[in-house]
Amino acid sequence: MSITSCLRNQRPTATIAALTAALFCLGAMSSTPASAAGAAAVSATNAWIRWLPSNLPAAGYVTLTNASDKNIDLTDVTSPDYGSAMLHQTVSNGSTTNMVMVDKATVPAHGSLKIAPGGYHIMLEEPAHKIAPGDTVHVKLTFSDGETLVAPFTVKSPATAK
Amino acid sequence: MPPHVPRVGSPSGEPPPVRIESSGFVRAALASGRWARTAKALAALACAAFIAGCSHDDGPWRLTDVTGHLPDLAFKLTEDNGQSVDATAFRGRTTLVYFGYTHCPDVCPETMARLMQVLEKLPPADAKQVRILFISVDPARDTPQALHAYVSAFDAEHIRGLTGTDAQVESLAKRYRVAYQMEKRDPNGNYEVTHSSAVYIFDRDGRARLLATSGDSPDAIAQDLRRVIEHDA
Repeated sequence: MSITSCLRNQRPTATIAALTAALFCLGAMSSTPASAAGAAAVSATNAWIRWLPSNLPAAGYVTLTNASDKNIDLTDVTSPDYGSAMLHQTVSNGSTTNMVMVDKATVPAHGSLKIAPGGYHIMLEEPAHKIAPGDTVHVKLTFSDGETLVAPFTVKSPATAK
Repeated sequence: MPPHVPRVGSPSGEPPPVRIESSGFVRAALASGRWARTAKALAALACAAFIAGCSHDDGPWRLTDVTGHLPDLAFKLTEDNGQSVDATAFRGRTTLVYFGYTHCPDVCPETMARLMQVLEKLPPADAKQVRILFISVDPARDTPQALHAYVSAFDAEHIRGLTGTDAQVESLAKRYRVAYQMEKRDPNGNYEVTHSSAVYIFDRDGRARLLATSGDSPDAIAQDLRRVIEHDA
C-alpha cells in the first residue's frame, strides 16, 4: 500500500499526523542509522561481530555514547539477522571465567559504554540466513529512555577481529 | 700457602695472589699499540654480546614462570583430523595449550585472536616452531569436525583442535589443575561452560614453562615466547 492510498481514508488531523510521521521516517532513513532520529541521546560506533563458523554463537561488540545528562540503560537487543540476541557479560572468578546473562547495561551520562571482548557482549545465535565475514548485519538496541537504535554491525573474521 | 690453611681469615688478610699467565706472544702483541687497540675492541665486543645475551635470556619473565611446578605435556586425545594423537607428536615444537570450547563467543575466540597477534609479533622462523592446541572442555559438542572448522577459521597452520572422551579431557584438565564446569542448560538445551582462561606454554621438550592469563598483552606473551623458543634452539 502506498502512502497516498493510505492517506485517502483518514480524517484531516490523522492525515497530517500520518504525513508528518511519513516525512519523519523518510528523513530518518536517509541519514545514517547511528544518528537516526537526531534527538536520540545514545549513538553507536565501532559496531562489529566476531564471526564463527558452523553457526556457532557469535559475539557482537559496540561502543555506545550517551550525549545526555542522565544515565541511560541498554535494556533489550534483537536482530532481524539472528533468531536470538542476548546481552551477556563475561565474569572472571579467579582463574576461571564464565558468561552470565544481564538485563541491562548502563551508558553513563556524557560518557560511553564499551561493549568489548572480555566484558559485555551481545550473544547472537541462530542466524536467519547465511552470514559471512565482510557482511553487515543489524542489531536493534532498546534503551530505558524509550529510544531504539538500529545499528549496522560489520561481520569480521575471528582471527583478524580487533 | 699450605693446602690445609683456610684462605679466608688468613693472618695476613691479603687476598690470594692472582697469577696471570701470559705467553711471550701475547706480551709482544700487547706491546704493539695496534694489537692493544684490536684486543680492546674485541673485549668491548665480547662484553656487548654478553650484556645483550643477558638482557635477552635472563631477568624476570613477564608471564608467570611455572617451570618445575607443572608436569610435562602428556595426553592421549583425538585431533581435529579424526586421528588419535599423543603429546609426543608435538615434541620439538613450542606448544601453547588452551582449554576452551567452540560454543563460547567471547573469551575463547578473543584468546585465540590474541594468540594470532602473538604469532605476528614473532620472527617468522620462530612462529613456525609454535603449535597452539585448542583442547575442548566440551567434548560432547566439540567433535573433531566441529573443531576442524573452528580452528581453520583462525589459522589452520599453527592451531590444532583436540578433543576426546570425557575421561581423557578430565584427566588432562586435572593434570594441569584446570577447572571447568558445565552450566545449566537453557530451554533450547544450550549451555555455557565455566573454564580456565589461562594459556600454558610448553617448551620443545614438553616441559611446562609459562602461564599466560587474560591480563597478559600480546607483546608480553610474544617476548617471553621468543625467549623460550630461541633459548632452546
